[in-house]
Amino acid sequence: MGDRPKRLAMVASKGTLDMAYPPLILATTAVSMGWETGIFFTFYGLDILHKERVKHLQVSPIGNPAMPPPLAAMPGFKVPNLLGALPGMTAMATMMMQGWMAKAKMPTVTDMLDLCVDADVKLFACATTMGVMGIKQEDLIPAAQCAGATTFLDFAGDASVSLFI
Amino acid sequence: MTTAPKVVQTLDCKGLLCPVPIIKLSKAVKAVQVGEVIEMLATDPGSVPDMEAFQRQTGHEIVSRDRQGEVFRFLVRKTK
Repeated sequence: MGDRPKRLAMVASKGTLDMAYPPLILATTAVSMGWETGIFFTFYGLDILHKERVKHLQVSPIGNPAMPPPLAAMPGFKVPNLLGALPGMTAMATMMMQGWMAKAKMPTVTDMLDLCVDADVKLFACATTMGVMGIKQEDLIPAAQCAGATTFLDFAGDASVSLFI
Repeated sequence: MTTAPKVVQTLDCKGLLCPVPIIKLSKAVKAVQVGEVIEMLATDPGSVPDMEAFQRQTGHEIVSRDRQGEVFRFLVRKTK
């Protein structure tokens, strides 16, 4: 181990419930091992830092053949993807995922974000996304730091691990 | 090892999944003194390689590891 701690730099580009977890799980794990950690939230990923939108992240069954999962009794039977377009199917898939997470005692996305804030994970809010989508600093959690790609690359340039999610 | 190390704190992470046990362990390690030993109980099979990785990354030493049925038990000594 060198003098400087290892560093994890991630881009979180997805605003769905399932894809909000991986960067937050990796970030909380990295800081738990003493790594410096930063996440650049861009495009739909910025919803994770949004005070209101983070409460309504969803998972879509459309274009996702793994969702809803097959019943254990009928592993070969898949719900036709077209049915995913029916009203209520996205809400149902979201409730299913929230149910699994709660059953497994997994923290919610908001809980994970709080852990990141407590551990001083750098939470970069993509300035371009804010401009394009009309999102204001006050729409985001206070720990979010408005920054451009230059700031993120300055941080990521010294990273031991860089991931795009 | 002739005598079992004295445990100052037990972390019950049974039924919890990654990343929660490592987050809890990290917080617990920060709160104890150098040289003190924390007992960690887990049921997630992923905790076995994860604890070895935690030791490599942080330098805190796993002084004992064993398994009783479904429960993995680790003793972790804070080294710095």
